[in-house]
Amino acid sequence: MAQITLKNIAHSYMDAPSEEADYALKEVDHVWRDGEAYALLGPSGCGKTTLLNIVSGLLRPSHGRVLFGGEDVTDMPTAERNIAQVFQFPVVYDTMTVRENLAFPLKNRGIEAQTITERVQRVAAMIGMEDELNRKARGLTADAKQKISLGRGMVRDDVNALLFDEPLTVIDPHMKWELRTQLKRLHGQFGHTMIYVTHDQTEALTFADHVVVMHDGRVVQIGTPEELFERPAHTFVGYFIGSPGMNLLPAEVRGDRAVIDGHEVMLGSGYDDLSGKVEIGIRPEFVRLTDEGGLPATIKRVEDVGRHRLVRAEVLGRPVNVIADEGGPLPSENAQVAFDPARINVYANDWRVEGRAA
Amino acid sequence: MEKTVNHKAWFLVLPVLVLVAFSAVIPLMTVVNYSVQDTFGNNVFFWTGLEWFEQMLKSDRMWNALGRQLVFSAIILAIEVPLGIFVALNMPKRGFWASVCLVLMSLPLLIPWNVVGTIWQIFARVDIGLLGYTLRALGVNYNYTQDFFAAWTTVIVMDVWHWTSLVALLAYAGLQSIPDAYYQAAKIDQASRWAVFRYIELPKMAGVLMIAILLRFMDSFMIYTEPFVVTGGGPGNATTFLSIDLVKMALGQFDLGPAAAFSIMYFLVILVISYVFYTVMTNLDKRDGVA
Repeated sequence: MAQITLKNIAHSYMDAPSEEADYALKEVDHVWRDGEAYALLGPSGCGKTTLLNIVSGLLRPSHGRVLFGGEDVTDMPTAERNIAQVFQFPVVYDTMTVRENLAFPLKNRGIEAQTITERVQRVAAMIGMEDELNRKARGLTADAKQKISLGRGMVRDDVNALLFDEPLTVIDPHMKWELRTQLKRLHGQFGHTMIYVTHDQTEALTFADHVVVMHDGRVVQIGTPEELFERPAHTFVGYFIGSPGMNLLPAEVRGDRAVIDGHEVMLGSGYDDLSGKVEIGIRPEFVRLTDEGGLPATIKRVEDVGRHRLVRAEVLGRPVNVIADEGGPLPSENAQVAFDPARINVYANDWRVEGRAA
Repeated sequence: MEKTVNHKAWFLVLPVLVLVAFSAVIPLMTVVNYSVQDTFGNNVFFWTGLEWFEQMLKSDRMWNALGRQLVFSAIILAIEVPLGIFVALNMPKRGFWASVCLVLMSLPLLIPWNVVGTIWQIFARVDIGLLGYTLRALGVNYNYTQDFFAAWTTVIVMDVWHWTSLVALLAYAGLQSIPDAYYQAAKIDQASRWAVFRYIELPKMAGVLMIAILLRFMDSFMIYTEPFVVTGGGPGNATTFLSIDLVKMALGQFDLGPAAAFSIMYFLVILVISYVFYTVMTNLDKRDGVA
């Protein structure tokens, strides 16, 4: 196992990229620490699979170096990098039995039969497929096949990293949860470095210690699930994480006040003068409906999602989502919304601005 | 739920029944009719029962033709299937050259049979043909009109030239349907080139290959035009395959009764072999599922 370092990595699928827009992956500098579980989160086409394939060596980056431990592996083929990868669609060798599938990577590396038998048995126990070892892989369910793919990665106990490329896309919802839990347990037990690519925030937030959020070929924030929720570094993170995403309102910021269309809003801390596109962001969880002391709002729609109610309102011509408790009365006329000052984030040109210490 | 009974539905099937009757059943019955009767002209027929069948089964001529036919089909399958797979594996997967390859590969398939025969008949002639003349000039004793071995080689090479494309195109289609992830996973598993072929490509191609083999078997078993144009079945009877023999019998000698009996047996042989082949292949497929 090793620490994986990406040094100024960038990639373009074009032969002669000239401008920044030609790059599917803009410059990334990142260290994946040994033994940690990372999630790469972002919408389709944001460059996460490109980044993953650069780590696995299926793709050679246009710029930059990839280091495993201290060793430069940029030009090393996939087979020699000693990594394991689980793909979106389960890859199993149809004509082989489950046992042969699991033994395949070891056999190819010329490991002796005795060791292979032991390891296959151990991995089968890990993924819970001991009873199916002698079945042909063809005709198994998608989740069983995906477990085999995972098993083929784990059967080599010296892998540098386990990479997952949206591995649960084709799995039934209830199996998703089970597999994810299993993955997390395996990570806890064996401490492989894991990189998990997904566009599903729940998957990312429940699986990983650190979530790397990507947007438009760029890494916009790396943080714990808590950080991503409370202090999104970029408006995209605020919008992408959370259900629904963060509310954004264009405002002028003066010291510890924000002014939206002439209405003042208290902020949690003071800010220097900001230029460019200035917005304040507040999560629906920290917006309250009230009768007085807030911004005037019109309630457009109320969605009852069981645990709480989601109120779609309009504030000064902007849509604002509010998460309200079950049961409580909703103000009918002259509704107002109030923001929790400590939870307001300020953005200038889409990037978060840190306030002065109070 | 109760099934709706509606006999009017039969009327909808009627056009198909009529079509099949005229295109297949009635012509076939005519042959059956000839095979159990004898005639001396003037539309006067005598019932002969299974006499023609017995005669044909006892005739060395038919057994020899059948033997040649089986050897021919076996040889061309043994060449065209591996060669077709090999070609497909080496064709570019995408881009401009993939299209060029596809067009080039389809060309032989578009040439009419007797034109293929004529091309090779001239190409292989020792007096004016490029191939025949060159071989002769190189000192190879090659003359397909006189030499048994040369005649067979010519007919086989011609068939390989004409039909390997079909196998290659079908195999190529099978290969194209394999997602990239399989190759990437194989790389990660350090699979050798042979292992990739054996465990990924071959299983994924199995379905189309089965169709290719079936088509090539049936087609080669019925081959007529090309050897007829090139060798006319000779030298001697060396390349007289079943169809050629049948035509000689029916039209050359006007032995309609034996020829009809021959036809029916010929048809049954193809049917039985294809059926057995198909069943074996699909069963192999199923057995893989739950072993």
